[in-house]
Amino acid sequence: MTTGPVRGERGGLGRVAGVILLLSALVSVAQGADRPPPTADHRKFEALKGPFRDATEVTRACLGCHTEAAEQIRKTTHWTWTYAHPETGQVLGKRHVINSFCGMAISNEARCTSCHVGYGWTDMKQPPPSSDSAVDCLVCHDTTGDYWKFPTLAGFPTDVPREWPSGSGKIVEPPDLARIAGHVGASGRANCGACHFYGGGGDGVKHGDLDSSLVNPPRTLDVHMSPEGLDFQCSDCHTTWGHRVAGSRYQVNAKDTLGIDVPGHTDFSRASCESCHGSTPHDRQKLDDHVDTLACQTCHVPAFARGGVATKMWWDWSTAGRLDADGNPITEYDAHGHVRYLSTKGDFRYEEQVVPEYAWFDGTVEYTLVDQPLDLSQVPIDINRVDGGPEDPGSRIWPFKVMRGKQPYDTEFKTLLVTHVFGADDSALWSNFDWPRALAAGSAMSGVPFSGHFGFVETRMYWPIAHMVAPKEQALDCQSCHGAQSRLAGLGGIYMPGFHHSAWLDRLGWLVVLLTLLGVGAHGVARLLLKGRKRP
Amino acid sequence: MTRVMIYRRFERFWHWSQALLIFVLLATGFEIHGSYHSLGFAQAVRVHTLAAWALIVLWLFAMFWHVTTGEWRQYIPTRKGLFAVLHYYLVGTFTGAEHPYRKTSKAKHNPLQRLAYLFFKLVVSPVIWASGLLYLFYNDWPATLSGLLALEWVALVHTAAAFAMLVFIIAHVYMATMGRTLTSLIRPMITGYEELDEPPR
Repeated sequence: MTTGPVRGERGGLGRVAGVILLLSALVSVAQGADRPPPTADHRKFEALKGPFRDATEVTRACLGCHTEAAEQIRKTTHWTWTYAHPETGQVLGKRHVINSFCGMAISNEARCTSCHVGYGWTDMKQPPPSSDSAVDCLVCHDTTGDYWKFPTLAGFPTDVPREWPSGSGKIVEPPDLARIAGHVGASGRANCGACHFYGGGGDGVKHGDLDSSLVNPPRTLDVHMSPEGLDFQCSDCHTTWGHRVAGSRYQVNAKDTLGIDVPGHTDFSRASCESCHGSTPHDRQKLDDHVDTLACQTCHVPAFARGGVATKMWWDWSTAGRLDADGNPITEYDAHGHVRYLSTKGDFRYEEQVVPEYAWFDGTVEYTLVDQPLDLSQVPIDINRVDGGPEDPGSRIWPFKVMRGKQPYDTEFKTLLVTHVFGADDSALWSNFDWPRALAAGSAMSGVPFSGHFGFVETRMYWPIAHMVAPKEQALDCQSCHGAQSRLAGLGGIYMPGFHHSAWLDRLGWLVVLLTLLGVGAHGVARLLLKGRKRP
Repeated sequence: MTRVMIYRRFERFWHWSQALLIFVLLATGFEIHGSYHSLGFAQAVRVHTLAAWALIVLWLFAMFWHVTTGEWRQYIPTRKGLFAVLHYYLVGTFTGAEHPYRKTSKAKHNPLQRLAYLFFKLVVSPVIWASGLLYLFYNDWPATLSGLLALEWVALVHTAAAFAMLVFIIAHVYMATMGRTLTSLIRPMITGYEELDEPPR
């Protein structure tokens, strides 16, 4: 009969263990520590103690353990800047497309490739440098915030104190690579944001729904990413598979019909709202009825550029190059303190709290590539087009930032032109303010033909909006679309009660109602007037 | 003249709750349609849907009642006396003529009422009911149906039927004042009793 006390002891131990578990669970909840602790303290690795002569030496040290990482990275769009579109066959990616911001990356390499996940890509006619040590591990995995790819060094951080922005008098110190190497970890919002928040040459310029306000956003700006809320990092939705990041702007999953992603049953990609919320996320059936037609973002991102950072909505390159009386470049600001004119870049319009434009979208984006002839009878020229329509069950109505502006084109060849904007030479537009020379240099460096005759054509470009998801109480209300001032006015293939109606039916209906009222009115008045003739 | 129970308790409950629901449905329906703004679209839809379900339940009870009591016979149309009644409303009421129809508890609706109520029950209401349910459940239409029918047409039919309902109500309310006195036809709809030329049951 020895089992009794033993059992009792076990029970007691179990209770103690339970209490400890419960306490530790409470503590971890209280601290908001909802992520597992890392299994390695990188400060303890000999290889990471430094000193490092340059960043490529850190990469070599990383690859000593993470043996497959460089090869994985070199297969990703983050590395190749090339994307062969499976639907359209177009070859896209930053190495190939032209946009309505600075045009093309090619001919402006050292500036543009400062956002390449590698080091030293100085000629985009060639693929990125192929050595393992040319991969930049730190830009995505630094957790200190001290690592910064210097904007003009083709992806390298600076190794000497340098002034930035040039002429500002502010000095950027070289990063402490050994300290950073000891503090690597999973990518956070600031890592991705270091490039993706600053696309187009500055904070918030390009996307509208991605800017530095998302590093530490309030709940009202982004309900998922806010530390007041779920504190999501980008990679919580943009899941990775061998360093390949889910979610593409060239081929968007416009309508995720897989529903909630369960490991083992579906893919491991969570880059859609439905991946977590499913296809019937509302507590009202009528709201769920909209899911087949509307992207979640259409109602749940009521406006973009909401975090206090303005985004560029208009960029007219045709006015660039105007100098003051002394021949010096000009900077002008608008009433909100945003830059309105720069001699280097022309006229802009920055906006905050921008209401998106809406379009049917099946996820496929087609580009007007730099060698395609323009149809100048259709101005503005669409730098990209979003496919889809109401008849296509794979399409939904999505919100977009539509970037508009004017950019150079070849008046003889009827194609868009590459502008050599950046470079310490005698042809870069930003140094010399000479369009013909900058365009000729752009052509020479990129191989894109230039006849020597150029003009400026109005263009527009579609940027799908998917971030800055507001808390549900800020989501659009019904009237935003079901009202006379409908946000979706002009979109085909939908009937929205409150907005759509048949004018003739309304006229006829109210006419009959009016005639009935007049009829009974007249009848009643006649009854009153002729009352005396009624027998008692 | 004797005091006769002409509108029974259920009939009165049905009539007035239906009236209330129809007023609510017209008000919220025309707000959803965009004719004016008061509750806001979301609230209007919520109230409209709720009132529609209530009306459907009420109709189911009313249908049961009509069948089991045989009261459905009150709505069998007849041409006999129809033109006399029409003539009365167009002419006689101004010249001081008597209403040509003699109401009894077995035949409490005159020929014009029979036609009007039958039209209300067999045309306007079913059209509103069917188009409304199609409207409410358009997301769940089977593929064959969505290939044939567009939401827009359902919405147009529903709106047209709503106008018909509004016209019916205006005429109905006005004609309810055309008894011997302004309220002599309305009072029985409240108390159930009316003075009629028939022996007490």
